[in-house]
Amino acid sequence: MKRALALVERDMRKFRRSPALLFASLVLPLVQLVILGNAFGGNIKNVNLGVVNLDRGPKSVDVIERVRAVAANARTFLPADYDDEGRAVRALRRGDLGAVLIIPQHYSRDLLEQHQPHLALITDNTDRSVADAVGAQMSTLVESINAPEVLPREAQQAALDVVEVYPYINYIKYLLPGSVALAIFVTAMIGGGMLFIDDKSRGLHEGYMVTPITKWELIAGFNLSGVIKAMLAGMTVLVLGAVIAGVPNFFQPMRLIELTLMVALTSVALIGMMFFIMARISDPLVPRAIFGVLNTLLFFPSGAVYPVAGFPRWLRFMSICDPFTYAVHGFRTLLLKDAGITAVTTDVAALMLTSVVVLSGATLLFRRTL
Amino acid sequence: MTVAAETQTPNRAAIEVSHISKRFGALQAVDNVSFDVESGTIFGLLGPNGAGKSTLIRMLTTLVPPTSGTAVVAGHDIVHDPNAVRTRIGVIPQNMTSDPELTCAENLGIHARLYGITGARRRERTAELLEAVGLADRANALAATLSGGMRRRLEIARGLVHDPQILFLDEPTTGLDPASRISVWEMITHLRVQQGRTLFLTTHYMDEADRLCDRLAIVDRGRIVALDTPVVLKSSVPGASRIEVQFAPDLPNGAADLESLPSVASVRALGSATYRVSSDRGPASATELVELARQQKLELKSLSVQSTSLDDVFLHYTGHGLAEAEAPVSNNRGRKGAHS
Repeated sequence: MKRALALVERDMRKFRRSPALLFASLVLPLVQLVILGNAFGGNIKNVNLGVVNLDRGPKSVDVIERVRAVAANARTFLPADYDDEGRAVRALRRGDLGAVLIIPQHYSRDLLEQHQPHLALITDNTDRSVADAVGAQMSTLVESINAPEVLPREAQQAALDVVEVYPYINYIKYLLPGSVALAIFVTAMIGGGMLFIDDKSRGLHEGYMVTPITKWELIAGFNLSGVIKAMLAGMTVLVLGAVIAGVPNFFQPMRLIELTLMVALTSVALIGMMFFIMARISDPLVPRAIFGVLNTLLFFPSGAVYPVAGFPRWLRFMSICDPFTYAVHGFRTLLLKDAGITAVTTDVAALMLTSVVVLSGATLLFRRTL
Repeated sequence: MTVAAETQTPNRAAIEVSHISKRFGALQAVDNVSFDVESGTIFGLLGPNGAGKSTLIRMLTTLVPPTSGTAVVAGHDIVHDPNAVRTRIGVIPQNMTSDPELTCAENLGIHARLYGITGARRRERTAELLEAVGLADRANALAATLSGGMRRRLEIARGLVHDPQILFLDEPTTGLDPASRISVWEMITHLRVQQGRTLFLTTHYMDEADRLCDRLAIVDRGRIVALDTPVVLKSSVPGASRIEVQFAPDLPNGAADLESLPSVASVRALGSATYRVSSDRGPASATELVELARQQKLELKSLSVQSTSLDDVFLHYTGHGLAEAEAPVSNNRGRKGAHS
């Protein structure tokens, strides 16, 4: 084992001398966290809404007042009056408006006579998120119009009150577990896979193989140095990300210990996986060529950016086989729920199993001779 | 083909190679080779690129397992006890295998640790070796910043870090400028003369083999075609001396006048009254040529005597020159890595 530490010493000296590797490993996850975390998950605001009032009656004025109330408070849309339905739709098609609300002729009369008049909302469905947000806001508005002015003595309908068990979790917090796993993966890819193949192709491994270092010591040395680098990257993104995202009570000692354990397990699994993939590869172009593919195959099916529950069946199966899934779930449970290590036993077991399988496979594949 | 070492006592052999072969797919890189290397000598393998020299050295240094046969290096079998071999040998591979992103001292220190040398002993050994190879003032320079010759000296220092009994050098001067080559040659000679170490080297440079090696094996297409001291190998070629002579005017009977001389083995007319004479007794032939010119009242415009070179030896034993013997470079991983 002492000889394995020579390889660790070598890698640590190079790592310290060239902090570009650590920087490169941190840039992608942190940029993704900050940009995606703020770009997604926010409330849609200030959508231009054309309002065409063909009624001019008292009830249509009520609708317009409610629209203006939304504009003043939730600011989902900015209303603008249009006299002509055709002109409003043309403005929608040009992109000047995000949606058009049409209050039909005789709306007030039909409402008073209980003829169930229909308000029309025309949306630009090329942008699904905006269309859905305006539609949802308008549905709420219509529900409020339909609510009786005088409440009945007994409640006529069942109601649902939603209680969120954790403090408000914005998207940047949701994304943080994936970013930590991604930092570990990028380090495993650059500081593990690429460096391993580059050293091999430059003949450096030949220099080690003529020494008495055993196959086990070589495997231990390569993997241990990779795990140390991956842990450094993972812990850095974890701490910086938690501060940026504003994770409450992050620096609680017990929680930090649990998270460090999770970082270590994820690092062993991903470095081991990389070593397994690279054990028989000699061409330095291969790890560069498969980097993007592996990133997509591992990161996106893991539920890091979108819940697994929304995936089709085949993609859900992929996520079950993906060690990233357990890393992301484990980090999410510890970071956002603060549920303790017992809540992540499945994730811990899955990562340990992955480590055993990939390291066993890598040991079988790795050759000590040229 | 097997050429056994005829003159050695078995218990003095540092390396005993026995019917060793290596095949990469359809390519027979090394074919049933046997020889011994005496302790404290410099043994050379001479051959063109692709002859199987590097494959042979890689088998002896346990980097490539043989397909059949075996070898005993420093008293241990390379197949059955490779780790014992590794602790007793130092290897300077053909490629520069020191880490360019580490300093000279770090490269040596980490290599020392791979041999279990740690602590103060590691620091001492690193300093000693850097001093010995003239890199003490570059101890903290990155290996990437060294010239080719310095980098090769660093490689040699690295191969000596654990004070091995036998040092293997695979084409130690390939790619070096003339000054660096001479520097490496001096270092190799010093290792043998001052330290009594056994050295095993491969080369495709005739002058290098001639200058350094006590014994030399000529390798062609995976086989050893001749093995002896450079002097014996050269003397084994018929017509060991070549004389080029030009008369003015030309000899009356041309080449026939020269063939009648007692010491001349063969004559080839080169044109313009110039002849190439092969002889086993160069000085005697030169005297006879001068006498012939005097008798015929001819002017001797030029006369030069050349001794047999290892190039001639190679040509004699293989039937072709070094350059034309080079095998095509293969893209196969195993061949590329091993057969050069």
